[in-house]
Amino acid sequence: MINGVKRFIPDNLKPFVSSDEHLNRIRKTVSKKSKTDETVFLHNIDEVFNALNITSGMTLSFHHHLRNGDKVIQLVAKEIEKRDLKNIHLAPSSIFPSYTNLVDLIKNGNVTDIHTNYLNGPVADTISQGYLQGKLIMNTHGGRSRAIESGDLAIDVAFIACPVVDQFGNGHGAIGKSACGTLGYAISDLEYAKKVVLVTDTLVDTLVAHQIDGRYVDYVLVIDSIGDRGGIVSGTTEVSKDPIGLKIAKDCANLLNYLGLIKDGFSMQTGAGKTSLAVVKFVEDIMIKNGIIGSFASGGITKAYVDMLEKDLFKNLYDVQCFDLEAVTSFAKNKNHLAMSASEYGNPFEDNPICNQLDFVILGATEIDLDFNVNVTTDSLGNLIGGSGGHADIAYGSKVSIIISPLIKSRIPIIKERVMTVTTPGSDIDILITERGIAVNPLRKDLLKKLEDSPFTLYKIEELLSITHNITGVPRHIETDEKIIGYVEYRDGTYLDVLRKVKDEYFR
Amino acid sequence: MFRSLLFIPGNNPSMLQNADVFSADAIIFDLEDAISISEKNNARNLVRNYLINSSVLPKQIILRVNAIDSEWFYKDIELLKTNKIDYLLIPKMDKLTSDKLTVLLSEYEAKNNMPETKVIALVETARGVEELPLYAENKRLIGLFIGAEDLANDLEIKRTESSEEIFYARSRIVYQSVINHLIPIDTPYTNINNPEGLLRDSTYAMSLGMKAKASIHPNQLDTINKVFSPSPEEIKWAQEIIKINLSKPGHGVFQYQGKMIDKPIINRAEKIIEKAKIFEIL
Repeated sequence: MINGVKRFIPDNLKPFVSSDEHLNRIRKTVSKKSKTDETVFLHNIDEVFNALNITSGMTLSFHHHLRNGDKVIQLVAKEIEKRDLKNIHLAPSSIFPSYTNLVDLIKNGNVTDIHTNYLNGPVADTISQGYLQGKLIMNTHGGRSRAIESGDLAIDVAFIACPVVDQFGNGHGAIGKSACGTLGYAISDLEYAKKVVLVTDTLVDTLVAHQIDGRYVDYVLVIDSIGDRGGIVSGTTEVSKDPIGLKIAKDCANLLNYLGLIKDGFSMQTGAGKTSLAVVKFVEDIMIKNGIIGSFASGGITKAYVDMLEKDLFKNLYDVQCFDLEAVTSFAKNKNHLAMSASEYGNPFEDNPICNQLDFVILGATEIDLDFNVNVTTDSLGNLIGGSGGHADIAYGSKVSIIISPLIKSRIPIIKERVMTVTTPGSDIDILITERGIAVNPLRKDLLKKLEDSPFTLYKIEELLSITHNITGVPRHIETDEKIIGYVEYRDGTYLDVLRKVKDEYFR
Repeated sequence: MFRSLLFIPGNNPSMLQNADVFSADAIIFDLEDAISISEKNNARNLVRNYLINSSVLPKQIILRVNAIDSEWFYKDIELLKTNKIDYLLIPKMDKLTSDKLTVLLSEYEAKNNMPETKVIALVETARGVEELPLYAENKRLIGLFIGAEDLANDLEIKRTESSEEIFYARSRIVYQSVINHLIPIDTPYTNINNPEGLLRDSTYAMSLGMKAKASIHPNQLDTINKVFSPSPEEIKWAQEIIKINLSKPGHGVFQYQGKMIDKPIINRAEKIIEKAKIFEIL
């Protein structure tokens, strides 16, 4: 059948209708786990597998707060391999390039299904080439929480890397040699997984405050190192020097200012790319110049936002994960730097998730099409290169969502008549800002009216596509293989798109 | 008229592709100093193809050609046939070069049935500075551009942050430009990582009478445009002067905020408004 973003979805799956459709449904939750036994401390992964009787076919979950520095998922992967368990369903909140030993597990059928929000690197390449025997489900951060609490994603064992744990099994992310900051993505796993294992390299007697409540923790595995916190740093900490990126960022900040969105009490979220950081810098300049104090910034938090908090430009930061070590330090010492769980961040069934309180968000795109649908999951050939993360959550929740991107990346136009994969529905995308002009989604008549007499160069998105094709020529049509390798699941649990194997001739 | 000019090396496709996006009033496609000898032909071909095929071009296009006595000059000026080049930037201008150029271009234009090519003189030798009065009247010229790096080499002196060493040349270019109704164009500020230095250097050059400044990086353009544009206060002042003048036809002289306003000041006000309109800040 054809769904609400004009994509084919197999008949046995629930198709995406609209991003508001969850408003017609009631929140469904399974019971939170309850535990009566004492938390058991172990020192060997082999003991954990034995104690929990981890067998073939189980679902194991992980968070990605240590990002490229994580060693916990690799530790568990080695044990799966050693025991030659089969048909394991992995549910890490994200998969990074350093998780290389998952590749052989996928190829050998040890791991056959994966549920994640983002993936990049060798694992992504392996799945793109069709090696995953089961299916890949790509979710959003808020959608993953919804899936866990509703029982759609039932977790047998949650392995939660935790930088410090006390004798009662309580844990925190901001202390310890592997401190990584908030542990927002692990909270649903903690509360709803059948069994929970905290994996730590630092034990203390008692924690004054904790993010991980020991009442949910069955086992604590103590090892030498849960990861390299240097691997946390996401993307970049430097503002763009690329003149095109700077132009886009400056136009973006000026547009936000023109629309009156940078005002006392406003809230915002951006990514961690160089151009996003440049937007933050320009917004900061406008705030200082006009004496504006914002309410909060949220998301993956970077040093740029920490600096603004310390300058009292924002009252609070809501942090679901720390993108750099400065954010980790700030979270540990600044009471206004607050943790939020992925559910509090973006679960569509929360009463008022943070994503719904955002005034504007600045997002990237690998592709955007004439319906403003955005792809950040695959490249234009279909290779998996990312995923929604919070993209679809905050695009839906914010009052104004803005995509910033050059029209051409590595000679490839970013505007397509039809994106290869729909990650975020076009109905949730309001504005596209490029180096050659701005396109406003015709659904946002209010914004178009406000910008009628503005100094900005406005185009229809079709006109921007035409300008791009005049520069690059029209790219040839890319065909996909028939084999379905996975699905893009919208935050409400419906299906946005199918992921197909990349044709052999397009393999990178 | 320009405030800002941006050099783009002719052999840099990604910069060429985005040349129209940058906020420069004019783009200088460089076939000379930025291009190594082995790249000369490639750069020229790339610029030619870009000029012919691109659907989006900069507002004004300047081509920096190789020296007129070099083996590449004649090939470089073949790009005039694209009809997309507004001005040639001629290196190492002096009296002899000016005279030769006039002959060469006149012959070329006659042979190819082309209109007169307008030129900007790159003044970058001691001779070029001293002989300014001898060639600044050349009717092809629209601007005088000080090339401070080569000038310092010629003088065997160091370029400094204060640029005191080019005060004389800058001033001479400004005076000769005013006399001959040319645009005096300042040399690029070469430290692209020092925005404060760029602002200081631009402001100083403007205070000497320079009307525009070249740049070597797009990120320098906003500062240059700001410095060489009429300020909001200047525009407001000019609007007031013009308004009062129009309300008192035939008066010639009047007072504004306690100061005597006469014809030269009214002319200045009109120039400010003209500039503001051209640079789309009004």
